[in-house]
Amino acid sequence: MPYQLVWLIFLLPLFSFAIISLFLRPFLNHKPKLGGYITIASLLGSLGLSVWALLEVMAAPGHSLLVPDINWVIIEGGITIHLGLIVDSLTVVMLIVVTVVSLMVQIYSQGYMHGDPGYHRYFAFMSLFTASMLGLVLADNLLFVYVFWEMVGLCSYLLIGFWFHRPAVADAAKKAFIVTRLGDFGFLAAILLLYFNTGTFDIGQLHSLAITGALAGTTLTWAAIGIFAGAVGKSAQFPLHTWLPDAMEGPTPVSALIHAATMVAAGVFLVARTFPLFSHSVEAVTTVAIIGGFTAIFAASMGLVMTDIKRVLAYSTISQLGYMMLGLGAGGIAIGIFHLFNHAFFKALLFLGAGSVNHATGTFDMREMGGLRKFMPWTYATFLIAALSISGIWPLAGFWSKDEILASALQNQPILFYLAMITVFMTAFYMFRVVFMTFGGEYRGGGAEAHGKPHESPSVMVMPMVVLAILAVVSGFWNVTGQFGAFMGHGETHSFAEGFFGILTHSLPWLSLILAGLGILFAYAMYSAKWLSAERIGGLFKPLYTLFYRKYWFDELYERVFVGKVLVGGFFAGLQGFDTYGVDGAVNGVASGAIATGRAIRRAHTGQLQLYGLFIGIGILAIVICLYFFG
Amino acid sequence: MVGLEHYLILSAVLFSIGLYGALAKRNAIVILMSIELMLNAVNIAMVAFSRYIVPLLLTGQVFVIFIMVVAAAEVAVGLAIIIAIYRHRETIDATKIDLMKW
Repeated sequence: MPYQLVWLIFLLPLFSFAIISLFLRPFLNHKPKLGGYITIASLLGSLGLSVWALLEVMAAPGHSLLVPDINWVIIEGGITIHLGLIVDSLTVVMLIVVTVVSLMVQIYSQGYMHGDPGYHRYFAFMSLFTASMLGLVLADNLLFVYVFWEMVGLCSYLLIGFWFHRPAVADAAKKAFIVTRLGDFGFLAAILLLYFNTGTFDIGQLHSLAITGALAGTTLTWAAIGIFAGAVGKSAQFPLHTWLPDAMEGPTPVSALIHAATMVAAGVFLVARTFPLFSHSVEAVTTVAIIGGFTAIFAASMGLVMTDIKRVLAYSTISQLGYMMLGLGAGGIAIGIFHLFNHAFFKALLFLGAGSVNHATGTFDMREMGGLRKFMPWTYATFLIAALSISGIWPLAGFWSKDEILASALQNQPILFYLAMITVFMTAFYMFRVVFMTFGGEYRGGGAEAHGKPHESPSVMVMPMVVLAILAVVSGFWNVTGQFGAFMGHGETHSFAEGFFGILTHSLPWLSLILAGLGILFAYAMYSAKWLSAERIGGLFKPLYTLFYRKYWFDELYERVFVGKVLVGGFFAGLQGFDTYGVDGAVNGVASGAIATGRAIRRAHTGQLQLYGLFIGIGILAIVICLYFFG
Repeated sequence: MVGLEHYLILSAVLFSIGLYGALAKRNAIVILMSIELMLNAVNIAMVAFSRYIVPLLLTGQVFVIFIMVVAAAEVAVGLAIIIAIYRHRETIDATKIDLMKW
C-alpha cells in the first residue's frame, strides 16, 4: 500500500468529527447511537492503518518511512512551510497507544455516556481530540506540532467542561486551559528561538543541526528548556501540576483518554521527539530528570491521602509522568517512551474502572464505597490487574518499564534514584489503598444518587476493560527481549526466557519488588485488616497529613498570591489604571478639548450676515492674492 | 476711443460700490439693491469681454441674459423674505436680524 495512506490515520477521526458535528448533531440528534458508531468505525480504520504502519516501520531500514509531503505556505524569498509526516519508531508506538486506548474508551463511552443529552457533542469532541493527538504525533515540523498541541489543549478544555452547567466544572476547564497555556508560552518561545537561529521548523533538520553541533551552547539549552516548559504544562509536572487533579471534573472516559493515557503523555512525547536537542545539552537533560524525579515523589505524596478515587488516580498519573520524564532525562527515549506505552494501558484501565465504580455507586468518594468486590467481579479483577501493574509487580507491564527507569536513574542520577525508590513504595501503597477502600470490606451505601445494590456495568463497558487488562499484563513483554529498545535505536536484544527470568538475578528488581510489596502490605494492614488505624497514623503525622491533604497549599499559593495579588492586584489593576486614565483620558480629553475650543470660538458667530459676508470677501481676496503671488 | 479697460474699470467701480453697500448698509432692501448692483457689474464685464475678445461668439451675452433672469428671480424671493421678516419682527435692519448666532 502507498505510504500516503498514513495521512488517513489522523484524517479519519477528523472526518468523523466533521460528519458528527455538521450532519448528525443538527439533523439526526434523535439518533444518538450513530455518533458513537461513526467514531468507533473511524478509529477502527485508524487502528488498522496504525498497525500496518507499525509493521512497515519495523521492516523498513532505519525504522523510518518517507511519506510524501506538500508545501503548505511558500513566501517568496522567505519562509517555506512543509506539511509533512514523520513515520518512525517513536511515531508508530504513539499511534498504537493513541488508537488502541481511544478505541477502547469510545466503546466504553457507549455505555458510560448512555442517555446523556450531549451524546453527539461528546463524540464529536472525542473524534476531534483523537485526530489532533494523532496529528501531533505524526507532524514533522514544530509549527504543526504546536498547532496540534493547542488543538489537543482545546479539546481537553471542551471535554473537561463537558458538563459546563456546573460551576466547578467550568472553573476546572478554565484552570486546565490557562495553566497549560503558561507552559505553551515557553514552547512557542522555543520554536521562535529555534527558527530565528536555524531558519527551519523541521524536526529532522533540527535533529541533525543539534547532532553536528551547529546548534549548541546557550541557544540550544534555552530552546530545550522552552520545549520542556511546554511539556511541563501539558504533562502536569511540578510546578504546573495543579490543573490535572481538577480536570477530573470531566466525564471519566475523558479522564481515561486525555488525562491519563494520551494528552498528558504528549509532553513526554514532545521531549522524546526533540530528544537530540536535550541530549546535547547537559543542563537541559538534567532539568528534565530532576523535574521528573521530583514530580514523581511530590505527586505520589498527595495521592496518599486523597479520598476521591479519581483524584488519587490523577496524582498517580502526574507521578507516573514524572517517572517518564525521569526515564527520558536519565536514560533516553526508549526508557521513557516504554513507560509511556505501558502506563497508557494500565492507567486508562484504572480510570475506566473508576468510571465503572461510579456508574454503580453514583459517587467518586471512596469512603462511601467498599465491598464492591462481590457486586462487580469484572471491574474488580481488571482494576486489580492494573493496580498490580502500576505498582510494578513482576511480570506485569509496569514492572518492566519501571525497572528500566530505576536502573538508568541509579546509573546517572543517584539522588533521584532514592526518591524514585520511595515513590515505588508510595505508588503501591496508594493504589492498594484505593483497591481495599473501594472493593474490600463491606458496602458503605454509595453516594446520594445510588439506588439499591450496586451492580456490574454493562458488557459494552466491561469488554474494553478486559482488553486493556490483557494489554496491562502483556504490553511490557515487548521489551523483555530488549526488542523495544532496539526498535527505538539503542540497547541489545536477548532471548525471551533470559529476559523474563534473568531480571530476577539482579538485586535492583528485588529491591523495588520488596518496596512495592511493603506498600501493598501497609495498605492491607491499614485499610483491609485494620491492624493499624488510618486515623491514628494520620494523627501521628498530623502536619505531614495536612500538608499532603492541602496539596502543599499550591492551589492557595497560585490563587491568592499569583492570581490575587500579582495579577488582579498588580498587573490587572495597572492595566485598569491605564485604561481609566490613559485610554479613557485620551478619548475624553479629545472630546472636552473640542468642546472648549467650540465654546471659545463660537463668539465669532455673531449672527450678522454682513459680517460673514465680509469674512468671505476677505477670504476670497486672500486666495486671489496668494494665487497671484505664489501661483 | 473707448476700450475694454474702460468698461472693466466701470465694472470694478460698480462692483465695489455694490460690495460696500451689501456689507455696510443696514436696510435689507438696500442690501438687496447692492447685490443687484454687483450682478450688473459682472454683466458689464461679461458683455465687454464678449465684444472685445471673441466678437463672433455670443457666449458672454447669453450668460448675461441668464444672470438677469436669475437676478429677477432672486429679487422676487429676496423681497418675499424681507416682507415675511418685516411682518414677523417689524424691522428690516440687517443687524437686528441675528437669530442665526450661537
